Amino acid sequence: MKALQIDKKLGRIGLARLLSSVSTTAAAKVGPLELVSIEPPALPGPGWHRVHTHLAGICGSDLSTVEGHASPYFDDWVSFPFVPGHEVVGHLDDGTRVVIEPVLGHAARGFPLPFDDAAPGDGNDYAHLTRGHLEPGIQIGFCNSTCGGWAPQFIAHDSQIHRVPESMSDEQAVLVEPAAGGIHAALLTWPTVATIDRPIIAVLGAGTMGLAAIAGLHRYVPGARIVVGARYPHQQALATALGAELAVKPDELTRAVRRLTGSHLVGDHLSGGADATIDAVGSSASLRDCLRFTRPRGRVVLMGMPAEVTLDLTGLWHRETQLVGAYTYGTETMPDGSRRRTFDLAIESAQAMGFERLLSATYRLDDYRNALAHAADAGHRSAVKIAFDLRPTEKVSR
Amino acid sequence: MPRPGFVLEVDRSTPPILFWRGENFSLEKLPAGRSRVIYPPEPLPALDDIDGAIRRALLNPHDQDPLPALLFPGMKLTIAFDDVSLPLPKMRRPDSRQRVMEAVLDMAAAAGVDDVHIIAALGLHRRMHEYELRHALGDRIFDAFHPRGTLYQHDAEDPDNLAVIGTTPQGEVLEINKRAAESDLIVYVNINSVAMDGGWKSITTGLASYRCLSHHHNPETLENTRSLMDRHKSALHQSVWRLGTVLRDHGPKVFQIETTLNTDMFPSPFGFINKREWEWNVKDRATFLATTKSLDRTPIRLARKIFHGIEGPHQMTSVQAGETDAVHKITLEHIFKQQLVPVEGQTDILTLGIPFVCPYNPDGVMNPVLVMCMGLGYLFNMYRNKPLVREGGVIIMTHPTYRDFNPVHHPSYIDFFEEVLSDTTDPATMSRKWEKKYAEDEWYRHLYRTGNAYHGVHPFYAWYWGAHGLQHAGKIIIVGGDAPTVRRLGFTPASTMDDAFEIATDVVGRAPTISHLHVPALLVADVS
Repeated sequence: MKALQIDKKLGRIGLARLLSSVSTTAAAKVGPLELVSIEPPALPGPGWHRVHTHLAGICGSDLSTVEGHASPYFDDWVSFPFVPGHEVVGHLDDGTRVVIEPVLGHAARGFPLPFDDAAPGDGNDYAHLTRGHLEPGIQIGFCNSTCGGWAPQFIAHDSQIHRVPESMSDEQAVLVEPAAGGIHAALLTWPTVATIDRPIIAVLGAGTMGLAAIAGLHRYVPGARIVVGARYPHQQALATALGAELAVKPDELTRAVRRLTGSHLVGDHLSGGADATIDAVGSSASLRDCLRFTRPRGRVVLMGMPAEVTLDLTGLWHRETQLVGAYTYGTETMPDGSRRRTFDLAIESAQAMGFERLLSATYRLDDYRNALAHAADAGHRSAVKIAFDLRPTEKVSR
Repeated sequence: MPRPGFVLEVDRSTPPILFWRGENFSLEKLPAGRSRVIYPPEPLPALDDIDGAIRRALLNPHDQDPLPALLFPGMKLTIAFDDVSLPLPKMRRPDSRQRVMEAVLDMAAAAGVDDVHIIAALGLHRRMHEYELRHALGDRIFDAFHPRGTLYQHDAEDPDNLAVIGTTPQGEVLEINKRAAESDLIVYVNINSVAMDGGWKSITTGLASYRCLSHHHNPETLENTRSLMDRHKSALHQSVWRLGTVLRDHGPKVFQIETTLNTDMFPSPFGFINKREWEWNVKDRATFLATTKSLDRTPIRLARKIFHGIEGPHQMTSVQAGETDAVHKITLEHIFKQQLVPVEGQTDILTLGIPFVCPYNPDGVMNPVLVMCMGLGYLFNMYRNKPLVREGGVIIMTHPTYRDFNPVHHPSYIDFFEEVLSDTTDPATMSRKWEKKYAEDEWYRHLYRTGNAYHGVHPFYAWYWGAHGLQHAGKIIIVGGDAPTVRRLGFTPASTMDDAFEIATDVVGRAPTISHLHVPALLVADVS
């Protein structure tokens, strides 16, 4: 079958990194991603299923890999060559429509669960991610053994499979995985704001993940007053539609938070600030800004994948700011104390909040260079999520 | 003998006309046969013996006893003075305020008065820096009073140092600086650059609280102020005069000293600014070219430094002292003698070159809100009887309108631009919805009281200042401005003056008549 595959070719990765600042299309041409013919992966054993891809999204982490910017941290957590694609809706051999919780957790790798009913992303030891009967890989889409969504078919374990409700379109379902990520980040703010009546929570960045976090805050963090820094007008409009009280340009966010919180601006830090902040960008500049406008003893949830950053952490030290990563979903403790699977919340949210509006364009697999260019420039082109459409032509709806 | 102002009808032989564009200039060709340029009168001669004239004014006041007769040992004397918002550009030393205040202090010393406080009457303006106080008052006064804490700046947010004098029949509360209110005599030292200033406005705004100012610094009053330069047709001045009556009847004795300046505003390197374009000689043309080309290549911060460093050669043309009403009447005669230009009828379009400075950004940035204030608040209001442009006509301004703010001077302006103007440009709506929040913001209050920031409410006042112009004009166009910033102001951006005229045709048709108010040099158009 034809699939998009990334191989660990250092020269290509270096070249892609160089060219990516000029053009994603150029980076894709020379980079480590290629359209190749490969054999479909074999099923490793019982409990594994073949998934036939309908739609597969292009995520920021995919782009950073394609453009050669991925952190060396991942070198030992993935296995080359791999087929990307972890935001997937497809069907099983029996026709059941499913979305995939892509983390290759304990169950998928043949290890005991860390606790009863644990989700793939749960657990406090990641050793299993590089062991078991699969090659190393944190998720489908980064593992040589499973293939990924940027191919007509891949494999997934029972523990990863979520049935798609009949009423849910593929266009909604392909957004479930990023929605789960956003909801997880939103719920990570809760421990800091639990005792506050109307907590002010800032979100910096309003791409797919930022918007998903806004929706998560709106639905699952009671009383949250959400203020968003979004670069483009369409992002600001979507942020407001998904529950933000205020959406401003990123360089106006510090002052917007100041006005909402009634704090002072002392130097370049607020005297108070947002009770919690979600950084949906993950750069030196975004982290610096979030630390400046989050209140002392507040929490910054780092959802955007940062790679290497340079930061003055004096403010973090002085303000005793908590900096928390938000990688992925699993089992959540809700504000009312109940426990829910993030993916279940995401499926509910994607339907209830009409997430199909975030899917801006789809491309066929062989048009991947244009797709990647569109995804890399999504904000500027008034887009949010770009996806590959691998459905037979007659089923393509967008 | 200086030549009076006049109206030039533009014909084919008329050279391009000089326009300010912030920290630079441009020459614009105005359409022949339907354009006119209103030129200001040339600067009047200065007083021959300024210090002698000041002394004579203090000894021969209008409708009041001579100053020495009002001074006695053991009295509380407060001298208040106009702040750094004028004159523009700042005048060469010695400043008129220094000259007048030194004469007053000499008389106070001779009378054995030793309880003297000197207060900068800055209202809700920013506190002056030390170098600005030294420039306005001179080193001798600064060094004698400032270290002892008897030279300081009015604080409109200090509840312990404000006092209510009384209330007008319309319910306007006069609340002013407590030290001034409890003094045996207030001597007010004024500089009058324009007809708007002086009179009872000096104390009832310069030493007032926010509560007091809000009675007249509001959209309704400013929309009915026609114009700011014509106090008898100004709702703002009517309110101020009512408050002045309360002060006169229930407050301390006031000895008002007003001075006027001629319009010799720019020194010789910028001589071409003061001349009429067809009288430019080769040197003027070369200077203009060299200046504009150099400024094109000069970083904006440096260009600002150059312009704000200019010290104007303007000189005192009159000084009068005594009872406020009597004094101000004479002051206005001098002002209009220098600035008034008779003009027949209105036109469809008014063009205005917006300079680098207005009263609210001395040594600072002419931010977008101030561009609006300068154009629609000040320059549009430079009229008596009728505006130069007809109702529903078009106002075209030239300015780069960069999105740039001085965060030290204008912290609330940044939020006003980002938050309020994103929501509304309507003065009444913003007053209702946003003003209180800004007026009571603790951070702005802190910066106003302890730093060099304008009061939190000040951007609203700057916007209200243009309320009449905003209401009057059918369209407002800014030539050469940053387009998103211009749109945020609610105006239309244009790349060139020709583009602006083309855009204006939607409102005023294909062959509109045009007036250009030629600044610098100040003028008031007396429109019949």
